[in-house]
Amino acid sequence: MPDVPLGRRAAPAVSEAPAGGFGVYVHWPFCASKCPYCDFNSHVRESVDQAAWHRALLAEIDHFAARYFAPEARPEVGSIFFGGGTPSRMAPETVAAVIARIGARFPLAPDVEITLEANPTSTEAAKLRAFRAAGVNRLSLGVQALNDAALRFLGRQHDAREALQALDLARRVFTRVSLDLIYAYPGQSAASWRDELARALELGLDHLSLYQLTIEENTGFHGAVRRGAFTPMDDDRQADLYELTQEITAAAGLPAYEISNHARPGEACRHNLVYWRTGAYLGLGPGAHGRIAAGGERLASQQVRSPEAWAAQVAREGHGTLSVTPLGATEVAQEFLMMGLRLAEGVDLARLRALAGDAAVLDPQALSRLRAAGFLALTDERLTVTPAGRPLLNRLLAELLL
Amino acid sequence: MIDPARIRNFAIIAHIDHGKSTLADRLIEACGGLEKRQMQAQVLDSMEIERERGITIKAQTVRLEYKARDGKTYVLNLMDTPGHVDFAYEVSRSLAACEGSLLVVDATQGVEAQTLANAYKAIESNHEIVPVLNKIDLPAADADRTKAQIDEVIGLDASDAVPISAKTGMGVPEVLEALVTRLPPPKGDAAAPLKALLIDSWYDAYLGVVVLFRVFDGVIRKGMRVRMMEGGSVHQIDRLGVFTPKMVMQDELGPGEVGFLTASIKEVAETKIGDTLTDERRPAAAPLPGFQPSVPVVFCGLFPTDAANFADLRESLGKLRLNDASFQFEPETSAALGFGFRCGFLGLLHLEIIRERLVREFDLDLIATAPSVIYRVALRTGKEVEVHNPVDMPDPTVIERIDEPWIEATIMVPDGYLGQVLKLCEEKRGEQVNLTYTGNRVMVVYRLPLNEVVFDFYDRLKSASRGYASFDYHVIEYRPGDLVKLTIMVNGEPVDALAAIVHRGRAEQRGRQLCERLKDLIPRQLFRIAIQAAIGGRVIARETVSAMRKDVLAKCYGGDVSRKRKLLEKQKAGKKRMRQVGNVDIPQEAFLAALKMGEE
Repeated sequence: MPDVPLGRRAAPAVSEAPAGGFGVYVHWPFCASKCPYCDFNSHVRESVDQAAWHRALLAEIDHFAARYFAPEARPEVGSIFFGGGTPSRMAPETVAAVIARIGARFPLAPDVEITLEANPTSTEAAKLRAFRAAGVNRLSLGVQALNDAALRFLGRQHDAREALQALDLARRVFTRVSLDLIYAYPGQSAASWRDELARALELGLDHLSLYQLTIEENTGFHGAVRRGAFTPMDDDRQADLYELTQEITAAAGLPAYEISNHARPGEACRHNLVYWRTGAYLGLGPGAHGRIAAGGERLASQQVRSPEAWAAQVAREGHGTLSVTPLGATEVAQEFLMMGLRLAEGVDLARLRALAGDAAVLDPQALSRLRAAGFLALTDERLTVTPAGRPLLNRLLAELLL
Repeated sequence: MIDPARIRNFAIIAHIDHGKSTLADRLIEACGGLEKRQMQAQVLDSMEIERERGITIKAQTVRLEYKARDGKTYVLNLMDTPGHVDFAYEVSRSLAACEGSLLVVDATQGVEAQTLANAYKAIESNHEIVPVLNKIDLPAADADRTKAQIDEVIGLDASDAVPISAKTGMGVPEVLEALVTRLPPPKGDAAAPLKALLIDSWYDAYLGVVVLFRVFDGVIRKGMRVRMMEGGSVHQIDRLGVFTPKMVMQDELGPGEVGFLTASIKEVAETKIGDTLTDERRPAAAPLPGFQPSVPVVFCGLFPTDAANFADLRESLGKLRLNDASFQFEPETSAALGFGFRCGFLGLLHLEIIRERLVREFDLDLIATAPSVIYRVALRTGKEVEVHNPVDMPDPTVIERIDEPWIEATIMVPDGYLGQVLKLCEEKRGEQVNLTYTGNRVMVVYRLPLNEVVFDFYDRLKSASRGYASFDYHVIEYRPGDLVKLTIMVNGEPVDALAAIVHRGRAEQRGRQLCERLKDLIPRQLFRIAIQAAIGGRVIARETVSAMRKDVLAKCYGGDVSRKRKLLEKQKAGKKRMRQVGNVDIPQEAFLAALKMGEE
């Protein structure tokens, strides 16, 4: 339910929403500091020309709408997601203008979900009401940990007290608040994670994203591990913590609906479901990826990654698109499985057949072997990964996909 | 035709690296066979690997003209000989074509195992032997000690050994003079029917098969139809000549002369080394004493790492075989390694050389299985079978007895390392035959099962002696052995490529080592993997690779799809490079490392 009624003026004609839904992703690439675990397209800049970025984002919305959609066939937008970087560092007016421009170019679903990622620092907390006024109706708060030692290790700018204050305020402003936590970092004991997770659950939120720490290339942690500064937690202990997490969250009524995402029934992040259900999405802003259904084809779009180069190209050409590539049936089917099997609900086999066409995607022998081993479950309609198989998904996919 | 009194046929024999090829170069140079600017270091070692390893594999010959101090010009035919243990047989046949030898000994090193082995072969061939002390210019050279060793160890009078430096050319004139004055000229009757010894043959892309021979009696002429007395085939000579080392055509060659011929022969296999060539129209009554053909004693499987290269491997092996009849191959199929070839070699070095040539000259990526010897297996039925692939070993219940080849090995080692070397030989089931001190070096003679030697003996010997021990061997006999087939199983499936025939006393340790090694090399998979070593049905060692528990991306959103799909493609490609045994994916590196285990 949107907190703020959205204008429906001059709504464009609605075409049927693509299977899996339709959403818009907006990337804000700037952060106050770079976290050592983060390999997202995020950058630290002294100052950002908010006005220029405001113009550029609006230009991209116009460009995508005009370039890929006939005016009478614009799909209904079910979700908008401001990600980053740190989109809570955006000017609320820009957020409002982007939402308004999307609403002007596309029909918005009556219950459109508009999420913004925010850092739980006091400066950003101060802007929460303005974001709500701009149309944001769901907040994803990057708390990452509820103890100061872990927050320092993760290179965060806030401490636990500040985070809880921000969360408190966020819940007063927004009905839907999600919280991110990182776990399975070196030295973390099962007892301390159990305690931290219990405290997070006690907050009574409807949605939690619980990520195991991954050492990605080109991050501060990657260098630190290579230098021997610390050793990542070994896979078996990570697996133990994963299992523990599943038990505790399920018991608390927030079972995993995706590998790392937990929600009460009906409270899943609709925008992210678009990705996992192979819906269509526009990717705006530097380095953003999109999947556009156009002319019977599925196009993969990618924007220029560097913020300055992206902005310059938008100023010059009206868009920051680096490439648009049609995906073959096999690729689409692979993406469908790769993303869909992350979900507890699994994938719809009829849709898989429709996407794959004549392409053979699944190895039938691997399928029966993995079913027999209890990693996969198959009904007439759906293929799902069992709870036992979920932490092994990469491997299952490598076996399963031809 | 040249008067035999003006001919000297000689070989240069030496331990590896003692300077044989360098001396040959100096002799060629001194006789003007090639002008200095044409000299490429070690002209006789023509193959890339020969030059690089300093090993001569194929016999070569050069005809030199030398004006002696007596004012007469002599023809010196230099037969180069292979310098390694595996090619002992090729040495013998080169020696059979000569009357004398230069025995080159590195005066800084002294007599080594192959010095001895080759000297004995020369003595057996009734050669007049001229000892040559090389590297005499080096500070570490000790002429007196080396002479004493030649005397004591080989039993040759070395008092008038010629001191030289093949590198600087010092002493080379004296060597040439010694050849003329100390070696006997060949004997032979030019009027008798033709008898020429087939010394070697090889395939040349332009000329076809080239046959190297030595005339004993009679005269061989261009255009003559010659019969191979043993092989039976008849060929008309279209080219006749000598190597100087350039090919120089001749119309005829008489007794004592060494030369080559081509006669539109298609395959090397048609020319049997040791056969006698005679004139079809006027054949000799009896052939020269021949040779036993050289037979492979060591076998291994060669498999392309990429199955798509099987045809390339077959073609490459065929090409190598054109020039090396001693090397054999036949197709082999392995459940673990796919399609490949079972190959037979004269020894481990021969195996190494072939493998290296396949990699280098033919650009192939290979997996070689552990080397095996030929076992003679007596069955309960009274039948006897030869087995050189552990996979073919019959079930133990039908075996009466397994005989394995034994060798006699001669090892020369500085006395400081003697203890280590003796320990190694004992550990390898060796029996000491002889142990002789000469100065601070020791000559040790052991009888050993070849099976133990092909496993890891060379490398162990090298490390036990810090590379100072030298080694030579020959197969002497077959003896019954307490041998068992060691099977490695992965989740109950035997891995054929890792099967081995080992002594019962070794089986457990070897099995345990292999299991431990594989445990580290086989990546964790979705299932628990049992690695077992077994003899017959009895498991003697076991390791477990526990199941993988976590392999998943924590985050995968819209921006990650393309990148992660590529990652998945990579993972799938990696899986394709694995070999499947049962349900288990085994990376190629695991086979390589497990098969290499003996070498470490």
